[in-house]
Amino acid sequence: MRARVLIRPKAGILDPQGAAVERALPALGFAGVGNVHVGRLVELDVENEAQLQPMCERLLANPLVEDYEVQLLDGGS
Amino acid sequence: MKFGVLRFPGSCDEVDALEAARRVGDAELIWHGSRDLKGSDAIVVPGGFSYGDYLRAGAIARFSPAMESVIDFAADGGLVLGICNGFQVLCEARLLPGALLANENLHFTFRQVELEVLNSGGAFTRACALDQCLSIPAKHSWGRYHADPDTLAAMDSSGQLILRYAPGQNFNGSLHDIAGVCNERGNVFGLMPHPEHAVDELIGGSADGLKIFESMRMTVEGVHA
Repeated sequence: MRARVLIRPKAGILDPQGAAVERALPALGFAGVGNVHVGRLVELDVENEAQLQPMCERLLANPLVEDYEVQLLDGGS
Repeated sequence: MKFGVLRFPGSCDEVDALEAARRVGDAELIWHGSRDLKGSDAIVVPGGFSYGDYLRAGAIARFSPAMESVIDFAADGGLVLGICNGFQVLCEARLLPGALLANENLHFTFRQVELEVLNSGGAFTRACALDQCLSIPAKHSWGRYHADPDTLAAMDSSGQLILRYAPGQNFNGSLHDIAGVCNERGNVFGLMPHPEHAVDELIGGSADGLKIFESMRMTVEGVHA
């Protein structure tokens, strides 16, 4: 099973990377951009999808400061 | 007394930590793959970029065999000092509350910082006076201390906020200007600035960092200031 884990800074925690991108876009002429956040993407093949959540809790994300979302993709790679 | 200083692939401040510890006691390096803490009375988790800081700073080092032993050592009441990357490792290991995030300015920053001692009664600061200022260098990209408001309030009331950046010195955006914290029991301490780089006035212009190592020696040897 191919899986994708999206990891984001928790809402309410200062996200300086998102803020920097948000400031840069208008400078390039892209108006009307707001609420930008930058996170991390992990893609992996797993035999047992039940392990994905504990993987996220223990290693892939830091639940104190990050939210994660697991997506199951069709087929392996 | 004897300090054990961990060394991970990617550590870079372990030799300075070793030399600083040797000014107050014996010290030996401990390779990350070893579970044997070599009879150490106190452990230093040093600065650097353990395991390349891949994924998150400290996230992978936290699962090393040496850290498994350090977690047991801390549970038995042993003194554990985490400096910079070591602080990040101790937070990832949940030996300390909170987490360290990217500096607010997104830059790697290296500067001398002035730190206020908020709690001089503990195992790591008993050689300091209350409200004493320590001048110690800091150098990091991921040093913005964060914990949720309830955790911070509990830490504040139980005296776990040990060091604070003096006014105007908080370059990384840490909540409440926090530079160093301990666990509830008071035997695990982490800070972002580098006391091991401030042990000789001739080299760093300040020997204030020695106070941390000296405090640990006093604690282990039962000396009270």
